[in-house]
Amino acid sequence: MAIALETQVVTKQYENAGQAIRAVDEVSVNVKAGEFVALIGPSGSGKTTLLALLAGLLRPTGGNIFIDGSPLWQMSDKDRTQFRGEKIGFIFQSSNLVPYLSALENVELMLKLNGRLDKSGREWAKELLDQLGLKDRMGNLPSQMSGGQQQRVAIARALVHEPAVVLADEPTASLDTERAYQVVQTLATLIHAQNRAGIMVTHDLRMTRWVDKVIRMTDGKVAQIIESKGEIEAYSRGSEH
Amino acid sequence: MVTDTIQNQVRTLPRNIKKRRVQIGLPVSIHLALKEIWRNKGRFFLISSVVALITLLVLFIAGLTEGLGQGNREYIENLNAQLVVYQDKADLSIPTSRMSLATVRQLRQVEGVEAVGAVAFSNVSIPLPGGKPPLKISLIGVLPGEPGEPVVNQGQGLRSKRADETVIDAGVAQRTGLKVGDVLTVRSTVGSKEQLYDLRIVGIAPSSQYFIAPSIFVPYITWDKVRPQPLATSQTGEDPDVSFNVAAVRLNNTADAKAMSKTINNSVKEIIAVDLQTAYENTPGYSAQQSTLGLMRIFTLLIGLLVIGGFFRIQTMQKVAQIGVLKAIGTSSASIAFSSIVQIFSVNSFGVVFGALLTFGLALGLPSAVPIRFVGSAIASSLIALLVIGPIGGLASIQVLLKAEPLRALGLAS
Ligand SMILES: Nc1ncnc2c1ncn2[C@@H]1O[C@H](COP(=O)(O)OP(=O)(O)OP(=O)(O)O)[C@@H](O)[C@H]1O
Ligand SMILES: [Mg+2]
Repeated sequence: MAIALETQVVTKQYENAGQAIRAVDEVSVNVKAGEFVALIGPSGSGKTTLLALLAGLLRPTGGNIFIDGSPLWQMSDKDRTQFRGEKIGFIFQSSNLVPYLSALENVELMLKLNGRLDKSGREWAKELLDQLGLKDRMGNLPSQMSGGQQQRVAIARALVHEPAVVLADEPTASLDTERAYQVVQTLATLIHAQNRAGIMVTHDLRMTRWVDKVIRMTDGKVAQIIESKGEIEAYSRGSEH
Repeated sequence: MVTDTIQNQVRTLPRNIKKRRVQIGLPVSIHLALKEIWRNKGRFFLISSVVALITLLVLFIAGLTEGLGQGNREYIENLNAQLVVYQDKADLSIPTSRMSLATVRQLRQVEGVEAVGAVAFSNVSIPLPGGKPPLKISLIGVLPGEPGEPVVNQGQGLRSKRADETVIDAGVAQRTGLKVGDVLTVRSTVGSKEQLYDLRIVGIAPSSQYFIAPSIFVPYITWDKVRPQPLATSQTGEDPDVSFNVAAVRLNNTADAKAMSKTINNSVKEIIAVDLQTAYENTPGYSAQQSTLGLMRIFTLLIGLLVIGGFFRIQTMQKVAQIGVLKAIGTSSASIAFSSIVQIFSVNSFGVVFGALLTFGLALGLPSAVPIRFVGSAIASSLIALLVIGPIGGLASIQVLLKAEPLRALGLAS
C-alpha cells in the first residue's frame, strides 16, 4: 500500500512566558492509504497539536510533513489552503457542520469548494449519505439531527471529495457509547473501502477496536506503536476493566 | 443497523467525479451568504426593518429640510432676476433693509442692467370659511411688469400701480379654491383695529413661498394701503414714498452676476447687491434651520451606521468557531469576507428600499400644509448615504472574519 501521509522528525515547540513546551517532539510516523490509525495518549500529550500540524493549520518548528508525496509546509499559504481543501477530510469534535446548511448541502460544500460540484458529484454526495443511513435526513439542518447523525454527516463531508487523508479529533467525544461505536465503525468501514489514510484522536480506548494501528503518545513523543491485530484487540478489551 | 447497509452497498471506488467541470449553482461565497440569510429569515428581516425605520426617519428629516428650505427660498430662487439689492447697513436682512424708488432709478442707469423692480414684504391673512383657521400669507408689493412680480401661468399680470388687484400663487389658489376673476378678501390691521380689503384676482403664478407662507402679489401702492401699519396714514399723490425692502435686478447677460454685483456696488451708494443664493441663504433663520436639520440627518445616519455595524459585528463574533471550521476545510478568507459583504449589502439595501417605499407611501397621505418635500438633492444624497453606511458599518465585522483562526476548529489557538 502506498504511503499517504508521512512525518519526519516533526516538532512543535510553544514558547510560553519564556518557557518552551515541546508539544510535539520529533515525531516520525507514516500512514498508508486504506489504513486507519488511532492516536491515543494522556491529556496534554500533544495529540491535537500533531493533528493540527498534519492538517496544515499549525506550522511545525522542525521536521517535514508529506501528504500524498507533497511537502505540506513548503507551499504558500494560499496553495496550502487549497491543498487542504482537496487532500484532507476533517471531522471535528463538535460544531462540525455549517448550521444553516442542510445535511446534503454540508456535504456538497466540500465539492463546491473544490470546484467539483457537478451532477455526478451531487449523486455521489447523496449516495454517501445514503450509505451512512441518512437517506431521509438529507434536507435536515444540523439542529434537526441527533449528535450521532451530525457526526455521520461530518463523515460524509470528510470523504466526499476523495481526500488522501481523513483527520478526526475525538469525533465521538459528544456521543454516548452506543452511538460512538456506530460512528467509529462506520468511519473505519468507509476508510477501508475508499482507500483513505485515516487518523483518529481518541480518549476512549474501546474505539481502537476498528483500527489497524495504534500510536500512543506521551509528552509529545511517540511512546508506542501497536500494529498486530491481536495486540490491538487486547488493548481495546483491556480498557474495559 | 447502519454498518450492515454500508457493508452491503459499498463499492470499491466512487464513480468518476471529474475535476473542474461545470459547477452546479452559485459561487461558494454567495451560496453561503444567501443560505444563511434564507435559513435565518426572521433575524435578518428584523435588522432590515430597523434599517427601514432609520431610512424613514432620515428621509423625513431630509424632506423637512427640503420643504422648509423651499418654503423660505422659493420666491427668491424663482425671481425673474439675477441679483437682489439691499441697503448696505441692513446686513443682508430683508426685513431691516429699506429701498427707495430713487435708488431703483439709479440702479436702472448702471450699464448691463436690463430691468429693476422694487419689492416690499409684509404679512396678512385670509379668513377662510367654515371656522377654519385663517391662512397666513406673505403680502408682496411689486412694481407691475418689473422684476419681482412673478410670471403668471393663468390670467395676466398686474397692470396698474394702485389698482385693487392681485396675482396669487398656486399655494393660495389651492388652499382657498379661488380662481382668476374671483375676489380675495385679506385681513390686515391698522393700529389695533382689524381691517378687511377686497382684491380682485387677475392672475395665478406658480408657488412662490416666502418665509414658509404662500404669497399674493399686489401693486406697490396697494401694498402700502393694505399692509398692517401702526397708524392710519394714507398717503396720497402720484407717487407716494413707499418704503420697499429690496430691489430685484435683471441683467442683460444673466451669466455675469458676480462681476455685475461688483459694478453695481461701485456705481450706486449705500447698497449691496448679491446673487439669489446669497440672498435666500440670508433670509432670517434659513441657514440656522438648514444646518440644524442637516446635523440631525447626519446623526441619524450615524445611528444607522452603529446599528448595522453592531449587529453584524456581534453576529460575526458568535460565528467565530463556525468560521474556523469553514477555513479549516479549505474556504479562503477572501471567500468568507466576500460572503459577509454580500450579506451586509443585501440586508442593508433591502432595508433602504423597504424604508423608501414606506416613506413615499406615507408621503402620499400628508396634507399639503406640511412643509415636507420628497424631492431634491437632500433626498438623493440621503439615499446614497443610507446605501453606503451598511457596508461601512460592516467593515468592523470583516476584520473579525479575517482574524478567525481555522485552528479554533480543533480547539487550539496560536
Ligand atoms: N497555544 C499554546 N501555547 C502554549 N502551549 C500550548 C498551546 N497549545 C497547546 N499547548 C500545550 O501543548 C501540549 C499539547 O497540547 P494538545 O492540545 O496537543 O494535547 P492533547 O494531547 O490534544 O490533549 P487532550 O487529550 O487534553 O486534548 C499541552 O501541554 C498544552 O498545554
Ligand atoms: Mg486534544
